[in-house]
Amino acid sequence: MAHGNANAHSHSHEGHHDLESLRSMGFWIFLMTDCILFGSLFATYIVLHANTAGGPTAHELFKMNGVIAETFILLTSSFTSGLAVLSMNQGNRKGLIGWLIVTVLLGASFITLEVTEFVDMVHEGAKISTSGFLSGFFTLVGTHGLHVSIGLCWMIALMIQIGRHGITPVTRRKVNVISLYWHFLDVVWIFVFTIVYLMGVM
Amino acid sequence: MWDSIKEFASGFFVTGDPLIYGADVAIVMTLIAVVSVLTYFKRWTWLWREWLTTVDHKRIGIMYVIASLLMLFRGGVDALLMRTQLAVPNNDFLTPEHYNAIFTTHGVIMILFMAMPLMFGLFNLVVPLQIGARDVAFPFLNSLSFWLFFWGAMLFNMSFVIGGSPDAGWLSYPPLSEMSHSPGVGQDFYIWGIQISGIGSLMTGINFIVTILKMRAPGMKLFKMPMFSWSVLSSCLTIIMAFPILTVTLALLFIDRYFGAHFFTLDGGGNPMMYINLIWMWGHPEVYIVILPGFGIVSEVVATFSRKRLFGYKSMVFALMCIAVFSFFTWAHHFFTMGSGADVNIFFAISTMIIAIPTGVKVFNWIFTMYRGRVSFPTPMLWVMGLILCFVVGGMTGVMLSVAPADFQFHNSYFLIAHFHQVLIGGVVFSYFAGLYYWWPKVFGFKLNEKIGKWAFWLWNIGFYVCFMPQYAVGLMGMTRRVSTYGWDTGWWGMNLVSTIGGFIMGIAFLFQVWQILHSIKFMERDTTGDPWGGRTLEWSIPSPAPHYNFALTPIVDGRDPWWEEKLRRERGEAPKAQPPLEPIHMPKNSGIPFIMSFCWFLAGFGLVFNWLWIAIPGFIGVAACMLAHSFNYNTDYYIPVDEIERTEAAARGAV
Ligand code: HEM
Ligand SMILES: [Cu+2]
Repeated sequence: MAHGNANAHSHSHEGHHDLESLRSMGFWIFLMTDCILFGSLFATYIVLHANTAGGPTAHELFKMNGVIAETFILLTSSFTSGLAVLSMNQGNRKGLIGWLIVTVLLGASFITLEVTEFVDMVHEGAKISTSGFLSGFFTLVGTHGLHVSIGLCWMIALMIQIGRHGITPVTRRKVNVISLYWHFLDVVWIFVFTIVYLMGVM
Repeated sequence: MWDSIKEFASGFFVTGDPLIYGADVAIVMTLIAVVSVLTYFKRWTWLWREWLTTVDHKRIGIMYVIASLLMLFRGGVDALLMRTQLAVPNNDFLTPEHYNAIFTTHGVIMILFMAMPLMFGLFNLVVPLQIGARDVAFPFLNSLSFWLFFWGAMLFNMSFVIGGSPDAGWLSYPPLSEMSHSPGVGQDFYIWGIQISGIGSLMTGINFIVTILKMRAPGMKLFKMPMFSWSVLSSCLTIIMAFPILTVTLALLFIDRYFGAHFFTLDGGGNPMMYINLIWMWGHPEVYIVILPGFGIVSEVVATFSRKRLFGYKSMVFALMCIAVFSFFTWAHHFFTMGSGADVNIFFAISTMIIAIPTGVKVFNWIFTMYRGRVSFPTPMLWVMGLILCFVVGGMTGVMLSVAPADFQFHNSYFLIAHFHQVLIGGVVFSYFAGLYYWWPKVFGFKLNEKIGKWAFWLWNIGFYVCFMPQYAVGLMGMTRRVSTYGWDTGWWGMNLVSTIGGFIMGIAFLFQVWQILHSIKFMERDTTGDPWGGRTLEWSIPSPAPHYNFALTPIVDGRDPWWEEKLRRERGEAPKAQPPLEPIHMPKNSGIPFIMSFCWFLAGFGLVFNWLWIAIPGFIGVAACMLAHSFNYNTDYYIPVDEIERTEAAARGAV
């Protein structure tokens, strides 16, 4: 057993890079746990989707136009968040912030559409307390919406930080992490779209 | 006005039971005592600066251990109350309602607020030292995990005197736990207490996986890693797979109760069986989460006190990983009797039995490690011997339970109670005690008194067998669990009386341990060697207690028992290798955010329990504000200068 200074916490500049890579790895693992969380919610939805207890069915309820618009908007925002990362890698701070703003706006319109859709449903008498099916539906889709909303707040906070500090190893990692998160939510939405909406109206 | 206050208070505080009034008085007295001691000795800033805001994994570990021992006390008192009630037939010491509340809180507290934090305490105290790291991967998150556990546990414990305890069993099966059957606030305390601390557990899981995978000392390949760290890795992998399921399950139950949804209700298209599947998909892996690190501790202790390398290292690692994976394929053995059908039951019966194979492998490895070793029996090793015996018996009754047709007889009987206490006490608690005794000198710089420790050991073990062996028998005689009283005609009273006596012997054993700790704090000599047991792994190569940066120089590892090999080299008179000069050490700064943020979670939970949005909403806003404050803080670390390291090292080695 010898001793040395070559270690993850040494105070060289590499040390700092290492810290950032630890955090990215932690975030990947967090995403895995989030996958399991959504997996469990999908499972409950699938178990309950036929239990309408005399309430409206998926077929009667879903309006596909709005849902397709939501899907399109979210996919685009995933693309623009990718463009933000590209600008960052070119060292273009203005481009980075610009694309982040576009992403936030798209995300916000997605949420607006979703909330309108929910409000309409409730007005038609399809509430979370109406049936097992609707409990599963609102909880699954709502959890995804909550994730998107948290992502929006976080992105705005991040833009302020980039404005203050510029592109540093820390902000670079934060941008990478949030774009990862954003793509992840996109993938989850594709499952929501297929399993909840498409299979619901079919 | 006065009347409405009185009416509010009688609903808010639990009233009408002398035991609870006693507890009220005790709580208020303790609070007054703590506050006045802190004020008298002017210790408030010290408390805040050194402990509440600390991000040092060793201090966090100590706080976990203290909190969990307090919870062991509370859970133990619950147990003795139940045993007192059951000691004689037709007893009316506890009402049936009170009895329900006690078995529920006892179960929750023992598994989630005693075993889990004791385990996290050991993770924190040992893992970074053992792998040669300066800290865990995310020190801030580590502190947040602790405080979430702490405030979650506080919230749960409050239900005892405010609002009323949950009483639907430790897993809260619906429809019992639904609004229709439990309209009070007890279930909501259950949901939020566990939810808040569960988020903390999940974060600890992530933290230690990254720590172990990324922060090992140079040269420590995965297959050179000490066995305890391996067991922590397997346990944490299980945590990150299982805990999200718990989060979802509790959230759904809350949505049912709060928004009138129909996930698990009997009406409106709900499905109570779905809850039972979900909760056991977490619950079964959970029991392996707590036992796996126990296996790691046993492996360390056996190797040290046999003065031999651990036998079958690779097979041990393989066994740990197998158990971690298989634990996810056995959940339905908890409801063989609930109509799954023969084919499903067969699958889960066989998958349960398969787990006995890797477990057996481990037991044989421990025995082969002792074989031809120079074995000695100080207290940590005694606990290990107690554990091996207990776990073999508990494992065998487990296999008996896993035979699905036979389980129709055992299910929900005292036979089951005896089984899971045998693995939980005889496996989990005994192994953690072994770990506490073993690492105590590393943490505090002195050993615990061996003589009182041996008394405690024998009392615990005798008490254990006196308490639980009769329960196997009375279970086969037909006594079911969760009965609060029984008649003379059942013929169960002799066994129950013996069992109660055993329970009290364990209570006395616990008091011996408290005495042992107090006595040792006062009288034990400081250990200046840093290696009182003749250890093998890196944690014994540094002074005790470890300096807050752990290693002045990062060790470079070339073998599986690096410190043991180093000692052999020194004995042979080999010249020590040249050491590089010291360098400043990069450390995280303390932060008050984890404490404040967890307290805000507590407020939010409390508000939701009573449906008081005027508390819940500010609570959630506080949580969000804390997160933002942390995200905007770029000033989170500092360097320890070389001369300070030199001074600390000299002092720790007794040179100053
Ligand atoms: C050696 C392997 C084990 C086997 C084969 C096994 C088997 C079983 C089975 C089949 C049951 C269900 C009995 C019933 O409800 O009728 C059960 C219950 C239980 N086991 Fe184990 N077990 C093992 C290890 C453990 C360990 C290591 C722990 C904890 C550290 C544990 C804790 C429990 C608990 C708490 C219950 C009761 C759950 C309830 O409230 O219904 N078991 N075990
Ligand atoms: Cu199980």
